Amino acid sequence: MSTRLATGGRLLNKSKTVSFRFNGKSMTGFEGDTLASALLANDQMLVGRSFKYHRPRGVVAAGPEEPNGLVNLGRDGRVEPNARVTTTELFEDLQAESQNHWPSLDFDVGAINQHLARFLPAGFYYKMFIHPRPLWKHVYEPIIRHSAGLGKAPKQRDEDTYEHFYAFCDVLVVGGGVAGLEAARTAALTGARVIVMEQYAHWGGRTPVDGGEINGAPAQDWIDATLAELGGMDNVTLRNRTMGAGVYDHGYVLGYERLTDHAPEKAGPRHRLWRVRARHVITATGALERPLSFAGNDIPGVMLAASIRDYVVNWGVSTGDRTVVVTNNDDAYLTAIALKHAGLDVPAILDARVLPEDSDLMAQAKALGIRVLMGHAVSSVKGAKRVTGVSICSQAGEGSVLEEISCDAVAMSGGWSPVVHLWSHCGGKLRWDTANACFSPHPDHPPTGADGAQFVTTAGTATGMFQLDDVLNDAFAAADGVTRALGMKLPRDATPPKGERREDAPLAPVWLMPQGASVKLREKAWLDYQNDVKVSDVRLAAQEGFVSVEHAKRYTTLGMATDQGKLSNINGLAVLAGALGEDIPAVGTTTFRPPYHPISMGAIAGEARGDVFQPLRRSPMHDWHEGNGAQWEPVGHWRRPYAYKRADESTHDAVMREVTNTREKLGMLDASTLGKIVVKGPDAGRFLDMLYTNMMSTLKPGKCRYGLMCNDNGFLIDDGVVARIDDDTWLCHTTTGGADTIHAHMEEWLQTEWWDWQVYVANVTEQYAQIAVVGPNARAALERLGGMDVSKDALGFMEWADGTLGGFNVRIYRISFSGELSYEIAVDASHGQALWDALLAVGADLGAMPYGTEALHILRAEKGFIMIGDETDGTVIPQDLGLHWALSKKKEDYMGKRAQQRAHMADPDRWKLVGLETVDGTVLPDGAYAVGEGTNDNGQRTMIGRVTSSYHSPTLDKGIAMGLVLHGPDRMGETLDFPGTDGKTYQAKIVDPVFYDKEGTKQNV
Amino acid sequence: MLIVSCPCCGVTAEETEFHAHGEAHIVRHTVGSTDQDMETYLFMRKNTKGVHFERWRHQYGCGKWFHMARDTMTLEVFGTYPAQTLAPPEDLLVQIDAKRPGWRKST
Amino acid sequence: MSDPVSALNHANSTEGLVTITETGPVGMITLRGDLGAKPVQKAAIAAGGVNMPEQGKCLTELDRGIAWMSPDELLILCRYDEVAGKVDDLQGKLAKQHALVVNVSDARAVFDVRGAAVREVMAKLCPVDMHPASFTPGTFRRTRMAQAAAAFWMPEEGVVRVICFRSVAQYVFDLLRVGAQPGSEVDFF
Repeated sequence: MSTRLATGGRLLNKSKTVSFRFNGKSMTGFEGDTLASALLANDQMLVGRSFKYHRPRGVVAAGPEEPNGLVNLGRDGRVEPNARVTTTELFEDLQAESQNHWPSLDFDVGAINQHLARFLPAGFYYKMFIHPRPLWKHVYEPIIRHSAGLGKAPKQRDEDTYEHFYAFCDVLVVGGGVAGLEAARTAALTGARVIVMEQYAHWGGRTPVDGGEINGAPAQDWIDATLAELGGMDNVTLRNRTMGAGVYDHGYVLGYERLTDHAPEKAGPRHRLWRVRARHVITATGALERPLSFAGNDIPGVMLAASIRDYVVNWGVSTGDRTVVVTNNDDAYLTAIALKHAGLDVPAILDARVLPEDSDLMAQAKALGIRVLMGHAVSSVKGAKRVTGVSICSQAGEGSVLEEISCDAVAMSGGWSPVVHLWSHCGGKLRWDTANACFSPHPDHPPTGADGAQFVTTAGTATGMFQLDDVLNDAFAAADGVTRALGMKLPRDATPPKGERREDAPLAPVWLMPQGASVKLREKAWLDYQNDVKVSDVRLAAQEGFVSVEHAKRYTTLGMATDQGKLSNINGLAVLAGALGEDIPAVGTTTFRPPYHPISMGAIAGEARGDVFQPLRRSPMHDWHEGNGAQWEPVGHWRRPYAYKRADESTHDAVMREVTNTREKLGMLDASTLGKIVVKGPDAGRFLDMLYTNMMSTLKPGKCRYGLMCNDNGFLIDDGVVARIDDDTWLCHTTTGGADTIHAHMEEWLQTEWWDWQVYVANVTEQYAQIAVVGPNARAALERLGGMDVSKDALGFMEWADGTLGGFNVRIYRISFSGELSYEIAVDASHGQALWDALLAVGADLGAMPYGTEALHILRAEKGFIMIGDETDGTVIPQDLGLHWALSKKKEDYMGKRAQQRAHMADPDRWKLVGLETVDGTVLPDGAYAVGEGTNDNGQRTMIGRVTSSYHSPTLDKGIAMGLVLHGPDRMGETLDFPGTDGKTYQAKIVDPVFYDKEGTKQNV
Repeated sequence: MLIVSCPCCGVTAEETEFHAHGEAHIVRHTVGSTDQDMETYLFMRKNTKGVHFERWRHQYGCGKWFHMARDTMTLEVFGTYPAQTLAPPEDLLVQIDAKRPGWRKST
Repeated sequence: MSDPVSALNHANSTEGLVTITETGPVGMITLRGDLGAKPVQKAAIAAGGVNMPEQGKCLTELDRGIAWMSPDELLILCRYDEVAGKVDDLQGKLAKQHALVVNVSDARAVFDVRGAAVREVMAKLCPVDMHPASFTPGTFRRTRMAQAAAAFWMPEEGVVRVICFRSVAQYVFDLLRVGAQPGSEVDFF
């Protein structure tokens, strides 16, 4: 059994007991425990079920590489699925539920799959469920989704907050082990701005566990002293519980700081995403131990050798009373020695190597009385939910059992792979290190930055150094080289500390144990624990032609689980290479992609949630609208009132009321969101003549003109009323959505094409509150405010005037988008609400009433006015909309003119704008298509038109619409069929698009 | 995410402050041009692997347009230069020659 | 004329790491022209009451000043009630120049953010190096605050003034409050 030892546990505060629950069961641990160490201390070895076969799985590792120990953490508004037990620090009242089991962890129905394993090999889903197609969606997928899958998505809103932080530095060191600390110390001595990120709460990495002296004293002394030194330097920032998650272009690095995961009661954000720009990144990310592939290597109790050592030394936890160590290298001997020192039994070390003589560590192990069996291997592990023993064999053979040894834990070590993820994220290449049987960073092919120079350098074990002294020297050299390249200098007397050297025997690569393992054994030799990929699966993939490592990965799902193959990739690759008869480097690796370890969605979102999920743009009268029943319509980031609903009516009723009131009495529209752009300069007229399809240079000061804007592809992009202010100044109104884009469009052409034209533009959209006062009583209302002559003679249709209206400094445009007598009044935004109030007050007995965007739409549709975004969709040209009158024939050029002459644009078969009137008075579905005779090449009904706008007109008391129809203007009076999505076919007659006041007499009074 | 240095305001900032607008030095064709020229102007763009000249705008900053020479493979930035020009400056081209010998033949 | 009401009408927040105050109406004038031309410089200096700022800088004294916006644009700061007069004056002085003078006072909102953590709060929202060695009083930076355009400067250490568009004033105020939430100290600078 696994249990807490009386001694050991350097990271624990044994005076502080912490209570927690696992699958509803109360347990206790100590402050400093991870959830994994606390579970093991409570003899909870079984922590989950595998993805496909639902095999019982226990903790394998002690860090972020852990594939099995995934839990649902927390409750209510604080739930984290797929939390790793090894990276979860224990806190009071922690609640964890294991995943992927039903009905319970101990008894799981899905485990039947493991007996069907030989029928569920790699590619099984692809082969089995591809036919018949409908069964996949309705039968197979729901079943598989129920039985497979990991954590459950939280149901409640996340209670926590998150944030980003932009930081800049000269040198970012990822990893706070001895290499990272030494690199940081060295870099900091040059005066460089240094940030150090360490994923764990504690500093120093593996060295305090693995032993070895620095400068003749225990490594911990040097770590403490170096931390103190760094902590005292102004140019250094140390962040623990902060993982370097990803390295991106041009020195961009994401750091994932977990602020309150270990202390949920603390105030402030839960996670902080560091968005760092580093001039150079030093990755001191250490190495990960590889498992060995032997039959039964997934049975709970089989663990990485170094992790077993971590549990003993860091957390005072034994994973078993009797641990068999199986290895191909010297490092695992440290585990055997540590276990012995902790008073635990090590019945044997099975070493796959055959060596001429003993190394230091082998001699030490033997001196402790441990039985060392060279050239030996595990044939298979015994046990189901827990290891009960191993049968041993010769590594060179096929697995004939020589002996059975009873034990309750197996410590395996297949060697170490440098953590090259961050080096590789942004293009760093790898090379095969034959001596250590691992990929290490290729120093000649580093990631390069904005200036083309290397911007990531590895240090220590991440470089492929496995001797403490080499690690320290490498870190020093890395920091020295990096700071030198940045133009900074180390003090002359700076030297690296001296690390202890240990003479190790060379590792022997072992990718399968025993070497000639039979099919039966291979089928129980796991590569990827989380995704249930075995040696036999990878071999099958190779056999079936998936010879590229990227294909084999996807076919078998090797390395595609939430651990992204930290343990399985190299072993799987080696097996693939073996099956293909190729060298490992020739097969290559899959791509390393960020993040190194999953980060929370909250951290990615940062502050962007709730009120600040995205900017909402508010007009100066926003609060009044809000208080008066506004139903909001998003228009870009703006919120505009769609209609002002009263308590006793529906939104539709409100819209009808607003239209009728505006036609009969007096409507007020908040038009502040419409774009307003000042264009000024000697060449402004010429410029506007290029931008608009019609002539703007001839407009007289004091006058207004409606204009169309196309892009150079010929398509309509915006429209609006242009007012000429003075000799060289115009004010262009744009659509609400167009203000920023049209302003940018103007700047683009002025800066990049006609840069010698003397024109300045300024976007003054938000300077003004603009109120449209519309309806037969509009003039009366303005006259009551007084101060300006707004009579027909003084201020005619399509004219503007400045003046003082009711004490407000305003500019009044007599323009109309409704067909009614209409004034648009612009006032400085800070007075917008006051003017709105004043208008409502004087208009009260004139029937003044606000109207929203839907009424605006209906009013314009009744008049046959087009709306950018309804009648246009980026493929419509003015000619399609019958706007020939707005296309200047005098101008030699304007944007879009030439493109509109291209064959497809001039095609007489382009759909043209018409009005549509339903035969029975109902409303056509918006966007519906008109169908004609016959079918197209795809067997669909031939389409001959579509509805672009459709409303119920209260003025005409019937459905009115506009649409683009093939030869539409030539087919007046014809009736078209519009099949709706509701199964009905709507019939509509083609009519003139101007439904109301065709002569335009109402607006011109 | 790139770092971009704006030659118009001197600010060096991350890409989110800027907006890329594709290939630079496109010649505007208009009335009087052939259909072929219009097609080239409106639609035909290089899809360069390697040295690329492109248009950028410092849209959250000074609002100015400029040009940038960049390697689309390595993302190395060779330099930026004003938008008010029809071709990249010669000294920049010479710099690129030094870093990517023979690149002119491939574009 | 009514009393001018700024976007958030002096909204204020004091419960976080910094205090955030919407300043109320501020006079702001956009001046576009040839910044190297003497008449433009003279007119700008007269309107702003300070010298011409260098590229990327601003010069401010109490409620007036000049900020460098782009190679052909300045932002002149003054009291709100002075704007109309200054616009007329500038337009008069620059009548013979190719220049553009527009009042943008109402198109913007201004926030005063102050406290020891002010650099940190800004660094949570803007992709800008707020290190004291990089961002000094006098630096004028146009950038984005989360998803909205903004510009800011430090009139003095510990104080940041933020200008944003009026329509997003509430968003920017809320952003600053989120960035200043209690318990979110970074202790970086």
